[in-house]
Amino acid sequence: MQVYDLNKNHIVTPPGEIALSTNQLQVNYGNSKQASMVDASLSFPRFQITALIGASGSGKSTYLRSLNRMNDRIATVHGEIMYHNTNINSPKVNVYEVRKHIGMVFQKPNPFAKSITENITFALKAAGITNRQELRQRVETSLKEAALWDEVKDDLNKSALALSGGQQQRLCIARSIAMKPDILLLDEPASALDPISTAKLEVTLKELAKNYTIIIVTHNMQQASRVSSYTAFFHLGHVIEYDQTETIFQTPNIQATHDYVTGNFG
Amino acid sequence: MTPNQTDRLATRFIQFLVLIVVLILLFLLGDIIISGLPHISWHFLTSPASSFSAGGGIRDQLFNSLYLLVLTLIISFPLALGSAIYLSEYAGDNWFTSLIRTAIEVLSSLPSVVVGLFGYLLFVIEFHLGFSILSGAIALTFFNLPLLIRSIEGSLHAVPNSQREAGIALGLSNWRTIRGILLPMALPGILTGIILSAGRIFGEAAALIYTAGQSAPILDYTNWNPTASSSFLNPMRPAETLAVHIWKVNTEGVTPDAVSISAGSSAVLIIIILLFNFGARAIGNRMYKKMTGGK
Repeated sequence: MQVYDLNKNHIVTPPGEIALSTNQLQVNYGNSKQASMVDASLSFPRFQITALIGASGSGKSTYLRSLNRMNDRIATVHGEIMYHNTNINSPKVNVYEVRKHIGMVFQKPNPFAKSITENITFALKAAGITNRQELRQRVETSLKEAALWDEVKDDLNKSALALSGGQQQRLCIARSIAMKPDILLLDEPASALDPISTAKLEVTLKELAKNYTIIIVTHNMQQASRVSSYTAFFHLGHVIEYDQTETIFQTPNIQATHDYVTGNFG
Repeated sequence: MTPNQTDRLATRFIQFLVLIVVLILLFLLGDIIISGLPHISWHFLTSPASSFSAGGGIRDQLFNSLYLLVLTLIISFPLALGSAIYLSEYAGDNWFTSLIRTAIEVLSSLPSVVVGLFGYLLFVIEFHLGFSILSGAIALTFFNLPLLIRSIEGSLHAVPNSQREAGIALGLSNWRTIRGILLPMALPGILTGIILSAGRIFGEAAALIYTAGQSAPILDYTNWNPTASSSFLNPMRPAETLAVHIWKVNTEGVTPDAVSISAGSSAVLIIIILLFNFGARAIGNRMYKKMTGGK
């Protein structure tokens, strides 16, 4: 494997409003001295899709999971995560509240073994929303936003496990956005889906970017170039390059990025 | 030999071993049921045991077994559920957790006579509980805990981690995720575990001889006051269970029909335990289907 200078990087700060930014984020798993993620400092533009790309083990999922504190019990995260002028990586911050504002969708669809409606209302009820009218409204809106409404509106009481993989993943997105988050983190959301479901999901994501800030980890470079406006390239725990997606894929500034996006990597 | 031949030989041999196991089981069950079934009648199931004359039944013993089972489950299930949730969801991977696990392992391998004698010395004598259903239920809890904890923990463990992540990512607390998502998914497995452990409790004799006692005072099934000494609900009365009855009839029975009472009781015991097992499977399957939405 070719050795690249990991300290050589090119990172831009997008113009306009920033929804979330990290400052020198470092992640260590367990008691490991070796950091899985080193000094990542990135800013994510509001109402845009940002893609995180890189080979397996590059630290992109680790980074993403740190953003809503999902790594809390697994890893130690140093550095700042700034959200609305608050460092949400501080131990004093209410993590449950953070996760309501920063939702997450996972690699494998993971609906609850409940009905479609209950999948969405369960967390809402736990958050104290009990008005039936409001709950019904949220179910409908979120399913519409996730482009699933037309397919399931007649059997909302059916078990979510009876849906297809692509439908389940869109239900998971609906479940997340029903909490009315600001930011949506997606960890390779299409890797378990067939091409048709993937295409549908991408259309849905683009639609969602009108109202949400989206950060998506993907192994699929075409997907990154199709849906995102900014792309960050990760390699061995370092952010090598972060710029507009066009620049990353057409005129990257760093050799490692160029090799990765053209497939001459490793 | 060709690979094909070796394979066929190995398969035959393994099938032969399985056949032996099945034959042993069928022989045991068949023998007990065939020799016991003719003695089971409505009269046998509903009349009290007699000490000297023929024609006694097993009404009180049967009820005692069931009552003891219920009491044991009431004591052991909450303890087991809490421990299992702790071990599966909260415990870290450290010396303390492995100490707990080892303790549970040891508990499950204690000989039942030893537990019985321990229960006798501690509950019956020291705590003045006397030979009573309560003493018996506590002693049986000792056996039941390891089985229940392990089966509940196993069911919780079988719930995919992605479900926990889904709950946490929605801003739910750990406890809310456990209660609302993990436990319902683990429920079929938990129920199966309860019913299977119930079979074990139902058949236990050695530990009960010293704790619940070997005498069956005449019970009054119309007296619903649990503090009255003749009430069937009184947990402080001595109670001979069906399994203990079989042992006693065989060792010191003086009734002329002791052999047939023992055969009939054994058959009843086996049939009820079989019902527990099939029931566990049926309920487990049914709930699993209901949960996963298959119709």
